[in-house]
Amino acid sequence: MATEIRVPTLGESVTEATIARWFKKAGDAVAADEPLVELETDKVTVEVPAPAAGVLEEIRVKDGETVGVGAVLGSIKEGAGGAKAAPAKAAPAPAKAEAPKPALAPAAAPAAARPADLPLMPSVRRLAAESGVSPAGVPGSGKDGRVTKGDMLAAIAGAAKPAPAPAVARAPSPAPDAAREERVRMTRLRQTIATRLKEAQNTAAMLTTFNDVDMSAVMHMRSQYKEPFEKKHGVKLGFMGFFVKAVIAALKEIPAVNAEIDGEDLVYKNYYHVGVAVGTERGLVVPVVRDADQISIAEIEKKIADSAKRAREGKLSIDEMQGGTFTITNGGIYGSLLSTPILNAPQSGILGMHRIEERPVAVKGQVVIKPMMYLALSYDHRIVDGREAVTFLVRVKENLEDPARLVLDL
Amino acid sequence: MAYDLVVIGTGPGGYVCAIRAAQLGMKVAVVEKDKTFGGTCLNVGCIPSKALLYASHLFEDAGHAFAGMGIGVSKPKLDLAQMMKFKDEGVDGNVKGVDFLFRKNKIDAFRGKGRIAAPGKVEVATGNGKNETIETKAIVIATGSDVARLSGIEIDEKRVVSSTGALALPKVPERLLVVGAGVIGLELGSVWRRLGAKVEVVEFLDRILPGMDGEIARQFQRVQEKQGIKFRLGAKITGIDGKGKTLKASVEPANGGKAETLEADAVLVAIGRVPYTDGLGLAEAGVALDNRKRVVVDAHYQTNVAGIFAIGDVIAGPMLAHKAEDEGVAVAEILAGHAGHVNYDAIPNVIYTFPEVASVGKTEEELKAAGIQYRAGKFPFTANGRAKVNRTTEGFVKILADAETDRVYGVHIIGADAGTLIGEVTLAIEIGASAEDIARTCHAHPTTSEAVKEAALAVDGRPIHM
Repeated sequence: MATEIRVPTLGESVTEATIARWFKKAGDAVAADEPLVELETDKVTVEVPAPAAGVLEEIRVKDGETVGVGAVLGSIKEGAGGAKAAPAKAAPAPAKAEAPKPALAPAAAPAAARPADLPLMPSVRRLAAESGVSPAGVPGSGKDGRVTKGDMLAAIAGAAKPAPAPAVARAPSPAPDAAREERVRMTRLRQTIATRLKEAQNTAAMLTTFNDVDMSAVMHMRSQYKEPFEKKHGVKLGFMGFFVKAVIAALKEIPAVNAEIDGEDLVYKNYYHVGVAVGTERGLVVPVVRDADQISIAEIEKKIADSAKRAREGKLSIDEMQGGTFTITNGGIYGSLLSTPILNAPQSGILGMHRIEERPVAVKGQVVIKPMMYLALSYDHRIVDGREAVTFLVRVKENLEDPARLVLDL
Repeated sequence: MAYDLVVIGTGPGGYVCAIRAAQLGMKVAVVEKDKTFGGTCLNVGCIPSKALLYASHLFEDAGHAFAGMGIGVSKPKLDLAQMMKFKDEGVDGNVKGVDFLFRKNKIDAFRGKGRIAAPGKVEVATGNGKNETIETKAIVIATGSDVARLSGIEIDEKRVVSSTGALALPKVPERLLVVGAGVIGLELGSVWRRLGAKVEVVEFLDRILPGMDGEIARQFQRVQEKQGIKFRLGAKITGIDGKGKTLKASVEPANGGKAETLEADAVLVAIGRVPYTDGLGLAEAGVALDNRKRVVVDAHYQTNVAGIFAIGDVIAGPMLAHKAEDEGVAVAEILAGHAGHVNYDAIPNVIYTFPEVASVGKTEEELKAAGIQYRAGKFPFTANGRAKVNRTTEGFVKILADAETDRVYGVHIIGADAGTLIGEVTLAIEIGASAEDIARTCHAHPTTSEAVKEAALAVDGRPIHM
């Protein structure tokens, strides 16, 4: 019996993936749960394990091709050799349904997760057979996420629409130069970065406000408690924990910076999921520290260190990079003096950190040397007023110059 | 001892809520002011009226239809007292069933009128001026509704009756005047017409069954008129003179005009029902009511006072037992920390006359008003094999579906067993199915349910048997 190998659910908003490489060739014996193929998505790479033991009968989609969620990648002829292997890396679990809410808490809309064994409605089966569009990749609007006839018709109409006209091709380079050019296909991560950044610029009314911060207090505290902190928590005391806490205190005061626009509504988020941009070889990714207001600086540092490590290894899961409400990016580690970060849509604010540099500053009529950093806050002026943006950044500055404010909740 | 939940009222909303809460591990008590459990539905509503509708239908068939099928019977003789006993036994069986279910689920029952003394405190007047106070974490008001009265007309439940009295008339009135062409008036009007009364229905609006699909209401009116019920639409009763041997009702056109006098031996006032909120201590507890005296609740059935909830006829929405039941289940589940929910777009509505009328979802009028493009598929029972052999060919199935997506918005049926047929289409609406999904689902032959399938095919203009 043949078992189909399908693209697993890849997380919210991720609808397609590129085949990075097949680990097996057609005809190879495979064990159940043995990794078969690596998929590259917008953000992460995912290994698809064999759904059954047997022989890899057919590879339907070759390396480099793009597939939708639920698409058939190939098939395994079952029972033809290949023992059941110990469970290897499992595919990412499908989005889980909401856990039961506590009594009287407003229940959210039912999660749209679709159990895999939900039979398709007859109209959907017909449309799938006639159009070749797989219902597995169609988001369902019916009860419990069922795909309805309407959903299928919309998906078919979407698939039939001509692809948007490709960007005007660049004029050919003069022959002598052309030979010295190298053409490399953008990775999916790079393509996504490109689209997202451009989307943010096209949508938001984005502008940037600046300030500077005297880092003496934070640096002093850091050098004073560096050793006991590392001994106790097993992680280095960096700057980021302070910045996250300083930002949260300011977000609580200026909720618009933690909000987003949804159609004609403003959605104020009374939770604080702070994204921290991490540079990797493949591009920038932004793991999210969830409910960062409810955890200690030590825990924040641990999470960031762990996420950064796994981001560089390409092992962050999609879930870990979604749902941020505000982002912090640190160009300072590469030596940036000043920059204007681009929003991480649909968020309304992003804080840019820069390099710390000793500069002469005037304090009470005296020129003194202080470790200074420029801060930049890019914000969506549609939601955040100039006064709010400036106040926000001043608050961040104050919290960093006098971290005692964070302890005292000032 | 404190309870997790006290439910005031044991009608379909209240008793179902109590049972579901007990299933979920809560310690539950109910409070009932009447002698038996079950509320209006079981005692003086759905259940007894169905017993009389069934018995009177057979009485009529025995008189008219049997001979044609070759069943020779002499002219049937009505033993009204026995028919009432048949009804009462049916009611008795049902209310005892609730009693049994309470015991099975270890639900404590307090007999007496309940009053909310404060959030978390229910006072029960147990008789002889005595009160018992029950402590509880949550209170659900499930007190249901009462008969709506017409100003200037006194209901004595002997000659001028509400639905309660109309279920227990001691003899068949020669002339029955029904005020209100809604579900209750038409069902009970049918009962007494079959048993021999001349029935005339007076309705303030210019149509019967307000809120029902217009085409269905018009066809249903024709069917009823054929059976002998007279309708006087756009008219109102301004007073009843009960001094003489017969009742003299003054009727005048709704928008003014010359009054007329109609003579009747009994008048059934069936103009609707009003929420039952008196004496519950709601004002003292600060529970807000709306302008129609319904208890205001949020999406989780909680009133403006924390810990006090309300379901069923006492809150907004159609006054239907099954709506109350589903709300009872939802509120019990919400209290237990689950995601209780009622889909108000998929609540069926049935009139148990002959033929029956059943509908679920949107009417054509509602779709037009909302500017929704739809397609209607209709199929008459005259073209359904089973209906034909049974000679129950009156009526049709109408399915309304989105013009683009084919999603079913509403289904309206007149037919012998419309109330049973509405089940499958309610499920279709609930799961977001299309007309095609109904059409591609196999339906047993020969059944009247094939008319549902054919109507679904007709949405796409391709019924087989027409």
